[in-house]
Amino acid sequence: MKENPVSFQLKLNPEDFLPATQEEKQSQVIMRESVSFWKDGGRRLVKNKVAMVSIVVIILVMIFSFIVPSFYPYSYKDQIKGANNLAPMQYSEEEQAKIDAGESVFPHIFGTDKMGRDYAIRVMMGSRISLLVGLIATGIILIIGSAYGSIAAFFGGWVDLVMMRIVDIIYTIPDILLIVLLSFALKEPLGHLKDVPGFAWVNVVGENLISIFVVFALLYWVGMARMVRSQVLMLKESEYVTAARALGVGSGKIIKRHLLTNCIGTLIVTTTLQIPSSIFTESFLSFLGMGVAVPLPSLGSLASDAINGMNTYPYLLFIPALLISLIILSFNLLGDGLRDAFDPKLKN
Amino acid sequence: MSEYLVDIKNERLSFFTPAGEVKALNDVSIHLKEGEVLGIVGESGSGKSVTAYSLMGLTAYPGKLIGGSLYFNGHQVDQMTDKEMRKIRGNEISIIFQDPMTSLNPVYTIGNQIMEAILLHTDKSKEQARERAKELLELVGINEPDKRLKQYPHELSGGMRQRVMIAIALACEPKLLIADEPTTALDVTIQAQILELMMDLKKKLGMAIIMITHDLGVVASMCDRIAVMYAGKVIEYGTADDIFYNPKHQYTKGLIRSIPRIDAKEHERLIPIEGTPVDMLNPPKGCPFAPRCEECMKICLREMPPVTDLGDVHYTQCWLIQKEEMEKGAAK
Amino acid sequence: MLKYIAKRIGLAVVTVWAVATLTFFLMNMVPGGPFLSEKAISPQATAALEAKYGLDKPLFQQYLTYIGGAVQGDFGDSLKQRGRTVTEIILMKFPVSARVGGISVLVALTLGIPLGCIAALKRGKFLDSLISVVATCGIAVPSFVICTVLLYTFGAKLKLLPTVGLTSWKNYIMPVMALSFYPTAYIMRLMRSSMLDVLGQDYMRTAKAKGVSGFVSLFKHALRNAILPVVTYVGPMLAYTVTGSFVVEKIFTIPGLGGEFIGAINGRDYTLIMGTTIFLATLIIVMNVVVDIVYKIVDPRIKLK
Repeated sequence: MKENPVSFQLKLNPEDFLPATQEEKQSQVIMRESVSFWKDGGRRLVKNKVAMVSIVVIILVMIFSFIVPSFYPYSYKDQIKGANNLAPMQYSEEEQAKIDAGESVFPHIFGTDKMGRDYAIRVMMGSRISLLVGLIATGIILIIGSAYGSIAAFFGGWVDLVMMRIVDIIYTIPDILLIVLLSFALKEPLGHLKDVPGFAWVNVVGENLISIFVVFALLYWVGMARMVRSQVLMLKESEYVTAARALGVGSGKIIKRHLLTNCIGTLIVTTTLQIPSSIFTESFLSFLGMGVAVPLPSLGSLASDAINGMNTYPYLLFIPALLISLIILSFNLLGDGLRDAFDPKLKN
Repeated sequence: MSEYLVDIKNERLSFFTPAGEVKALNDVSIHLKEGEVLGIVGESGSGKSVTAYSLMGLTAYPGKLIGGSLYFNGHQVDQMTDKEMRKIRGNEISIIFQDPMTSLNPVYTIGNQIMEAILLHTDKSKEQARERAKELLELVGINEPDKRLKQYPHELSGGMRQRVMIAIALACEPKLLIADEPTTALDVTIQAQILELMMDLKKKLGMAIIMITHDLGVVASMCDRIAVMYAGKVIEYGTADDIFYNPKHQYTKGLIRSIPRIDAKEHERLIPIEGTPVDMLNPPKGCPFAPRCEECMKICLREMPPVTDLGDVHYTQCWLIQKEEMEKGAAK
Repeated sequence: MLKYIAKRIGLAVVTVWAVATLTFFLMNMVPGGPFLSEKAISPQATAALEAKYGLDKPLFQQYLTYIGGAVQGDFGDSLKQRGRTVTEIILMKFPVSARVGGISVLVALTLGIPLGCIAALKRGKFLDSLISVVATCGIAVPSFVICTVLLYTFGAKLKLLPTVGLTSWKNYIMPVMALSFYPTAYIMRLMRSSMLDVLGQDYMRTAKAKGVSGFVSLFKHALRNAILPVVTYVGPMLAYTVTGSFVVEKIFTIPGLGGEFIGAINGRDYTLIMGTTIFLATLIIVMNVVVDIVYKIVDPRIKLK
């Protein structure tokens, strides 16, 4: 280092060369605070603007579908006389007369459908159904799938082989066939069930919707089961679990500290991404006329009903179509955000 | 034209991470002549690999060179276009990576991957390239080269794969071979074989080597010169003799004390270096090693020590040396 | 390899048999029958029809007869479309669905793979954001929404494209767009993430250190590794797409297998349901075997067992 000779630009005092105390040394060590998995992930999630916007959208949609209808002046099944096929913000003659008489009439924000029902409340109810289906079906899938997958992985050997073969078979049956057959097969027992006291709700929910849940319970857990199985298998053989075991850590603690923290991220993400996929399937079925029972609307059935009048009343089609895309999109983006935040393997 | 094959002057390189700027290299200067072996020693994160990678233009995203100049064989590497750089990579400078298990592409045969480098940088035909690949495999001590050429990486052991990596690196007879902890991921017995092979090849082919390692034992037996790095700085630089018999920096001394010695007296204990490496996101103001240094002085925590030349090549950055020099000066 | 294929065929036969059995009994559990809705026919005529198709026999005997026939390649006559065998119907309808579906899969692959690669290479740049947004929106829009929007804009408003049937190449545009929308978006996402993963691998650094140019390193070293997840996805997706999408066929009135299947289910055309289900199951299993073999070709580490 010839070009950098010993130079003293700075004034040095002899005291500078006194030994530093332990405290002085310690003050220089800036330790980054160690953060827990959850705190770290949460912080990253909050920083993710797209995910936060998605959460806001989801909450807004939930408010509109669960809270607003309870004090909305119209009902999803009441047909308003003379108010058929109104355009958004338009009033029927009768309502116009009332307004002229000085009474206030709540506007039909999205207009009305061909039976004279307020479309805004139907859309709200429709998204309520779609959200409910998405959430409940995902819950069912999560429980069955993770139980099945972890049992298969835990026992391994021929148990695993047989269980995964069953998964393959279920995977191969066309889902539409099972849905249709099940909805027919369940019609009769459910018909009897609704006469049993305490089961009147069956009538409201509709046999089709219940059979959708049953189908989800029977069919769509296979993806989740495969995912959980591969996770557990991988973790079971991972070296840190072996290491923990070698150190004499108990099974309970291994599951809590190692398996769960490593698995939970993926599980949360898969579950979040399952919700839009369930909503997707429900809307698809309702669109084909195999979803919820009339007069209960779902976003899919609303869109389906609007198809015939598409050229004259396009908004009847586009509003539910847009909303369903928005809901699915928000959940997808939230799922992506959660994955970026909580999946330790993708951390960098 | 510089007298050095590699001449890195005051290199500064930072990684711009979402959490802030990480100053990975801070005023690093390193040089070495043709045919010499330079060892770069330091713990993880001290910047030893980053220095070597930047010389090949392999700095990983989001790293960026922000100062200094890098010369190789008279060319200023940091000013080269990617196309010019490609002609040097794998041809004049080659590299062996730390983990042979992941450094070979799993979907191509060994032969394909060795020949790729040959075909890229020479005018050899495919047939000639295959012959050369066979030669190379023999050179790195792999028998049945014909059979091996057709095998895939997963069919070979770790030591074998590292030999293949060396064969790839030597394909075009480079002037400089960078070995980035080439033995860290291998078994101890294989480690010795690989090091021996490398020294053997150096004698046969006469290339310069930059040996990156955290193992002082490795550099002691191989290197002409040694750079000791800590927190993105070269804190001591010298010949192997300077470093091992006349270490000046407290960190170097600590490193040497922590090597097990064969001539150790009974019950003599290894002395570890206390503390943990610095957080590169929030580096201390003064000497980065100060908080861990036993001889730490008040000035050490405040100011980075200047470079003190101790001989022809030997230099260090430590206030203790400055203090000695000053006292000597005062005595005169 | 031969042993492997033999083993897979054996397994496939067992799976198809299981699917067939499950479908058969489930189908018959459901109340109603193929001839119930035809109110015009007298009970005697119904009984005669049932006797003709063997529906009056005990269920288990029907099952044995059916399986016996199916093993010999005889899937019976359609119960509703009199005078046509199930095989005839499938052979007539499948090519229609397969043509639309096949084109859609090709479109999805030719768009999805390059765009996903570009997004990965330009990570964090504008192009990546754009492609990612499009892909994320793409998987969020249900096919019936795409169909109706297309129908509304190109069919009804602009009157550019025909909305019904499959008579000219113009008829294919909208169904193909609708069918390829989701897989394109999905492949883009899949390709992007797997490409990002591969680009971070050590062997990519080795390739760069050898002096390989970005282009070659992408096509030779990265693509072959990154394509694997896409191969896994495309296999079953292809099977489902070529057998016809119910929604798309319904909306664009395409005379394909998907619509036929829905019709068969609704009309309890037992033999047609069975035949179509077995056909679809076989196709999916075959595609899975093909995926495994392609996998083996692309990635030498995979051992076929």
